[in-house]
Amino acid sequence: MANISRRKFLTMSTAAVALTAVNFPMLAWGANKRVVIVGGGIAGATVAKYLRLMDTAVDITLIEPKRLYTTCFLSNEVLWNHRNIESIQFSYETLKSRDIKIVHDIVVNIDPQSKQVTIKGGDKFQYDACVVAPGISFSWDAIEGYTPEASQLMPHAYQAGPQTLLLRDQITAMKNGGTFILVAPQNPFRCPPGPYERASQIAWYFKNHKPRSKIIILDPKPKFSKQPLFTAAWEQYFGYKSSNSMIEWVGEADAGEVTRVDVKKMQAITTSPYKGDVINVIPPQKAGAIAIEAELVDDTGWCPINHRTFESTIHKDIYVVGDATIAAPMPKSGYAANSQAKVCAAAIVAKFNGEPEPFPSLVNTCYSLVTPDHGISVAMVYNLGPKGKIQKVAGAGGLTPVDASDEMRKREVAYAYSWFKNITHDIFG
Amino acid sequence: MIRMMLQNQLSANRSLWFFVLLVLYIPCGVVYAETPSATMLAYTCAGCHGTNGSSVGPASPTIAGMSADYFVETMLAYKNATRPSTIMTRIAKGYTDEEIQLMADFFSTQPIVRQAQAHDNKKAERGRKLHKKYCHKCHEEGGALPEDDAGILAGQWAPFLGFTLTDFLTGNRPMGVKKKQQLDKLIKQQGDAGIEQLIEFYASQQ
Repeated sequence: MANISRRKFLTMSTAAVALTAVNFPMLAWGANKRVVIVGGGIAGATVAKYLRLMDTAVDITLIEPKRLYTTCFLSNEVLWNHRNIESIQFSYETLKSRDIKIVHDIVVNIDPQSKQVTIKGGDKFQYDACVVAPGISFSWDAIEGYTPEASQLMPHAYQAGPQTLLLRDQITAMKNGGTFILVAPQNPFRCPPGPYERASQIAWYFKNHKPRSKIIILDPKPKFSKQPLFTAAWEQYFGYKSSNSMIEWVGEADAGEVTRVDVKKMQAITTSPYKGDVINVIPPQKAGAIAIEAELVDDTGWCPINHRTFESTIHKDIYVVGDATIAAPMPKSGYAANSQAKVCAAAIVAKFNGEPEPFPSLVNTCYSLVTPDHGISVAMVYNLGPKGKIQKVAGAGGLTPVDASDEMRKREVAYAYSWFKNITHDIFG
Repeated sequence: MIRMMLQNQLSANRSLWFFVLLVLYIPCGVVYAETPSATMLAYTCAGCHGTNGSSVGPASPTIAGMSADYFVETMLAYKNATRPSTIMTRIAKGYTDEEIQLMADFFSTQPIVRQAQAHDNKKAERGRKLHKKYCHKCHEEGGALPEDDAGILAGQWAPFLGFTLTDFLTGNRPMGVKKKQQLDKLIKQQGDAGIEQLIEFYASQQ
């Protein structure tokens, strides 16, 4: 026994640890850990890819009903045919080739007790960790008369796909001199600058093709994302604040909150009715349906999570990432979802390996394209504060300077398109 | 020898086995610093600079494979706003010097995955000669050598190279004496066409 080899000593010690320490379940059980991801959008698909990059052995199943994912970002360019919808659609083939199982179905149940996910087709998937990335759903009851049926006449175009094409067809068919009404939602909602980028791009399209047309933004909020940059650009291009402005923003102070829509009369109604030729209603939002069904939301309608790991504070071993989470001060953006997904994947792998929870670092970068040559951005770096909450790193981030040169605005457009190519490649490639 | 003695003893005493293992094991689980790991930090860059720092374009630069020293120099210049940028000044301010070093170490060990870029072969060929004449001394191997402690030029995205050279030539970005001499000479002798040909040459390297 005096000649125990070093190799054997290590083998024996590993075995001993496996038997005594609960922190090595992988070695003790000898089976691959199973992660089931519910939702293949930006957050869910990133979790799948980065889990694979971090751990070659973990068993990954991604459940997503759509065969093609259409990104919300850059979908505003589809609305005026500046880009075709195919250019913002991505398949799951490359993820499949990374040994990730893709199941195209709808999840109908997540049972935290038996740790099983059930799909509409009836199959059940056992998990060690479940990641729920359902994005948003709409509060259909919030604006009277705005139902799923009404959205076929007054599109939201805030989940990209058929809705985007519907709104595109209405905008491109609208007569010169018509009125486009954009109903903006209350906070918090997906892509805070999205409605205002949309208004900017449609205004650019009108200016060049239907110059007598008007845009009215009806908004329940007193202010909005990147406001000084948007309004400066609107002044520069669209006569904003003048008597002949193409864009009119009606905020909280001017009773901009829409409480009812009338699809027959084509009206959005605040304290008075606004008649539009095209009405785009972006309703108030909450976490995606399955998060509500699985009781992962609190009173706000969004999912509370541990900010270090993205594990639900309601159900153990279920993680929530992306727009559905309460991760403020992070916005509900594509970059935030991609960044959160990597933190979540690292936390899951660490847990499987019995390692300490990683210390997170997160980023948000969000570009808005006001005109084809005028880009603006907001950026922020985040880490974990002393109370275990995500915090902005002091001194970091912020908006494009209001006095940025034309050259810099043009570069931001080039970098926005680079961001699109790189982030989608980082997710689906 | 000590190990042999330890092993002898261990095999003789099973309870000591577990004690030693416990002592060896505990620190791994308890001692950790509250700084993000290099990968945790670096993964946040992928949204603009590509997975592991290799950009798929069309403008944001590849940062994989660059020298760690040059990465640190670049990030500190952004952090201190001594280099013009659209967004990087705002982002670089979010990191400590230690975190920047961790990212530098990560990206310097990543392979560069170059993408095909459209380019004009004639201009690129002319640019190759210009590179040799004006740039080669500091940017060896066609601008592909990280040991130069300068940016990787070979295969870098053309719009980014254009932005960078514009900043140098307009005086928006400070440069060293030697670089200025060479650039001035290039412009004087070759004009703006020389700059274009240089960029075509770097873009042609795939």
